[in-house]
Amino acid sequence: MNPEEIQTIAANQRKAKEQVPHHICVCTAAACLSVHSDEVKDALSDEVRKRGLEKECKVKGVGCMGLCSKGPLVSIETDGALYQNVTAKDAPEIVEQLGQKPVKRLKCSTKIPFFQNQKKIVLENSGVIDPDRVEDAIAAGGYDALIQALTAMSPPEVIEEIFASGLRGRGGAGYPTGLKWSTVSKAVGMHKYVICNADEGDPGAFMDRSVLESDPHRVLEGMIIAAYAIGAEHGYVYVRAEYPLAIKRLRTAIRQAERLGLLGKNILGTPFSFHIEVRLGAGAFVCGEETALIASIEGRRGSPRPRPPYPAESGVWGRPTLINNVETFANIAPIIRRGAEWFSSIGSEKSKGTKVFALAGCINNTGLIEVPMGIPLREIIFDIGDGIPNGRSFKAVQTGGPSGGCIPEQHLDTPVDYESLSKLGSIMGSGGMIVMDDTSDMVEVARYFMEFCLSESCGKCAPCRIGTDQMHRLLDRIVKGKASIHDLELLEELCDVVRSTSLCGLGQTAPNPVLSTLRYFRGEYESKLVDVAEAVKKA
Amino acid sequence: MSSQVRILTFKIDDRDVSAREGETILEVARENGIYIPTLCHLEGLSSTGACRLCIVEIAGRPKLFPACVTRAEEGIQVITQSERLTKYRRVILELIFSERNHVCSVCVSNGHCELQNLAQKLGMSHIHMRYRFPSLNVDASHDRFIMDHNRCILCTRCIRVCDEIEGAHTWDLMGRGVDARIISDLDQPWGESETCTGCGKCVHVCPTGALVEKGKSASEMAKRQQFLPYLTLMREEKE
Amino acid sequence: MRIDLSRPSPPSDDKRWKMVSASMRRHGHKASSLIETLHTVQEAFGFLDEEAIEFIAASLRVPLSQVYGVATFYHFFHLKPPGEHACVLCTGTACYIKGVPKILQALEEEFHLKPGETTPDGKVSLMTARCVGACGLAPVAVFDGEVVGNLKPDEVVQKVRRWKNDES
Ligand SMILES: Cc1cc2nc3c(=O)[nH]c(=O)nc-3n(C[C@H](O)[C@H](O)[C@H](O)COP(=O)(O)O)c2cc1C
Ligand code: FES
Ligand code: FES
Repeated sequence: MNPEEIQTIAANQRKAKEQVPHHICVCTAAACLSVHSDEVKDALSDEVRKRGLEKECKVKGVGCMGLCSKGPLVSIETDGALYQNVTAKDAPEIVEQLGQKPVKRLKCSTKIPFFQNQKKIVLENSGVIDPDRVEDAIAAGGYDALIQALTAMSPPEVIEEIFASGLRGRGGAGYPTGLKWSTVSKAVGMHKYVICNADEGDPGAFMDRSVLESDPHRVLEGMIIAAYAIGAEHGYVYVRAEYPLAIKRLRTAIRQAERLGLLGKNILGTPFSFHIEVRLGAGAFVCGEETALIASIEGRRGSPRPRPPYPAESGVWGRPTLINNVETFANIAPIIRRGAEWFSSIGSEKSKGTKVFALAGCINNTGLIEVPMGIPLREIIFDIGDGIPNGRSFKAVQTGGPSGGCIPEQHLDTPVDYESLSKLGSIMGSGGMIVMDDTSDMVEVARYFMEFCLSESCGKCAPCRIGTDQMHRLLDRIVKGKASIHDLELLEELCDVVRSTSLCGLGQTAPNPVLSTLRYFRGEYESKLVDVAEAVKKA
Repeated sequence: MSSQVRILTFKIDDRDVSAREGETILEVARENGIYIPTLCHLEGLSSTGACRLCIVEIAGRPKLFPACVTRAEEGIQVITQSERLTKYRRVILELIFSERNHVCSVCVSNGHCELQNLAQKLGMSHIHMRYRFPSLNVDASHDRFIMDHNRCILCTRCIRVCDEIEGAHTWDLMGRGVDARIISDLDQPWGESETCTGCGKCVHVCPTGALVEKGKSASEMAKRQQFLPYLTLMREEKE
Repeated sequence: MRIDLSRPSPPSDDKRWKMVSASMRRHGHKASSLIETLHTVQEAFGFLDEEAIEFIAASLRVPLSQVYGVATFYHFFHLKPPGEHACVLCTGTACYIKGVPKILQALEEEFHLKPGETTPDGKVSLMTARCVGACGLAPVAVFDGEVVGNLKPDEVVQKVRRWKNDES
């Protein structure tokens, strides 16, 4: 298909939509599905059919609306009403009130800070479009950026635009995306690859999954633009096998894009061709690390290898390879569509744009949020998140998962950006944000993350393989009241050694949760210690 | 085809050295008689950068670099000895000792063990951490050799020599993390392996007493590794 | 001497092997499709047994020990048949903070059941997963594919007991 035909699809879809006065959108992302939003959707469809309203009202499944703790969520597009905790029994009442006063009992105000303080770029279509329909995505502006890039921009211009936007990688390390693209584009070699990292290993995070489940075409579009910019013909999306719904929607999206000539040979009638394959992970956190991910795509054990050479120079099959995170790719189309200047006007000085966080733990509003970079943590937790439930008080917020750290009350006014968080001993990470109240035991939290790293270490390098195990044993002793001051000293020494000498990022960051809790909550460690003689007795 | 090799100059421990482009820091150091401890590395096999004992500093860079896989660069200043490096190397060695059951006095490799030698060389007198004491088996099913997992340090030399030199790929690694273990074929007893050619190369490249010949008593198992650079060289000449 | 390099035939005429063979063919029998193939076998048979591993190794011409190494590296693959019912407990950060350890402890005390194990009667397998993406409902379990939130230890113990007694 050529660009005009795609634009016709968009126009037709928009027109068809205008002819239906009411749209009922039911969230069918993972969290709402787990509280049976599929039944709600069926009940609403039945009700509409029973009343013979099929022409006036469409019921559709959409991606995540964000406020997962209040699910199942239903929104009425035309009335702007949002309903929370909906059950199948509520269907008649909801349909009855279409176009009139919303059902008060179920109403969830959209005036609350949870909605008002967010800024949506990556998630702009989440909860709005039907992820299974490419027409819906196209009507919402999907693939506009691709058309623009392919018809009006040269590859260096695309890279320049991404560079100027200030976008940095959302997979954790915050490496400037434009710079990475430009390195791969300059690498010598015929065959280049683009990989989308959708391994999402942080055990308290589900942003990437939600993006793939809610708006998969946005990620594909980003990848295709990247391939055009760097000159790649093949790409992979590496997704965790634990995300069956995301995989299904992604596969559907790839088929649809291929059918419309947005992917495959001679994209949009131009000489540019690009193919995408889905590869499944198999339950290994370390495969999120880029060299391990490449080993896994090649069918091997997911063990990282020393860098350099970086994947930009020698990646899959030894070819120059671009690896970016899902959310990074999801930012590409808006940047091309609206320009680098627009994008870089959002966020803070060194961290541009927005960041998606998965908000969870001891907090009233759990779910998925997207906020401008630089927003203070306090605003996220107390305004958007609506504070701590059960009358308890805030103790710490954990960001960056097993590679990150805990941030205490006194630093809540810190702006959320790459530099500020690492100054506090944590990291931005991929976007997991777990809030802990005053009942949480910080040593226990450190032990939890160490247990995670221990079981996810690939076992290749000695410091990480044995060091995480030894540190876990020490933390376990401290928690159980069997450790002395010597054990704490040894723990600190091991933190230093493992961090400085491990082969890959997993080992290098594994000590972070311990170091950050030691920095802010040392007293909790010390209060659990016993004297040396007693520790020996309990050994 | 004329392939001009670029020559780089840089410093190791304040000494001016030169290298062909593509050479590792370790290779250059060895050519110049500068000692850097190594364990997983073995000349003639691919390098994995796994044991981390060969870490060195490069002036002006915060990270540490494993010398066995880091290529020399023009103008860098490599530091192979410092208080920090000594400490890290010692702790890593302690970690390796603590992982499984290394009881030197009863080991057939006592006195010929690379791990033991390193401990002496790096001045590791005792181990600060607790031993893990895993219970691991000894595979004596092969008629000439023994695999004692208690003494294995997962350097993977056996896997590499079997794959890269012998071409049998009998050995590999199963599981992961601290539970990883060397296996033959489908984690079968070695003696039942259908792929093993019985060449014994793995035994001779093993740095410890994990892979040994049968019938040796304590301290008797010296290893012969000279064959490896020779084999590799002969192979390269043929290509 | 002639070495037989033809592709091996499947271990049995079970129809599911056809799926496996087709998947390998689609990937051109490339060694790099090992993980994809293991996924296909596990999806078809529920787990990977020795026979399957040997067949895959021979078909893709990957050394036996390497296939075994890969299959045991990735926690998603099982080498033993799973129980009739699966109880997957989320041990993601949110679920952990909200009390999953207590549930694990209760299951161990009650049934001597640890993660990765199956009850001796083959009825229930206990597994853990890291964040199933329903953190708002923590602690969360997945009972035979159905996500259930806000769990208490005794609820999970009851569920497992009912499964063991063949009630649902
Ligand atoms: C142990 C480990 C796990 C990682 N897991 C992920 C992950 O799940 N998703 C991801 O996008 N990046 C992950 N990364 C970071 C990647 O290696 C890589 O930096 C990233 O995918 C680059 O994309 P970006 O520049 O768009 O952020 C991980 C890194 C390490 C060391
Ligand atoms: S010798 Fe270099 S890492 Fe082991
Ligand atoms: S931590 Fe359990 S669902 Fe996310």
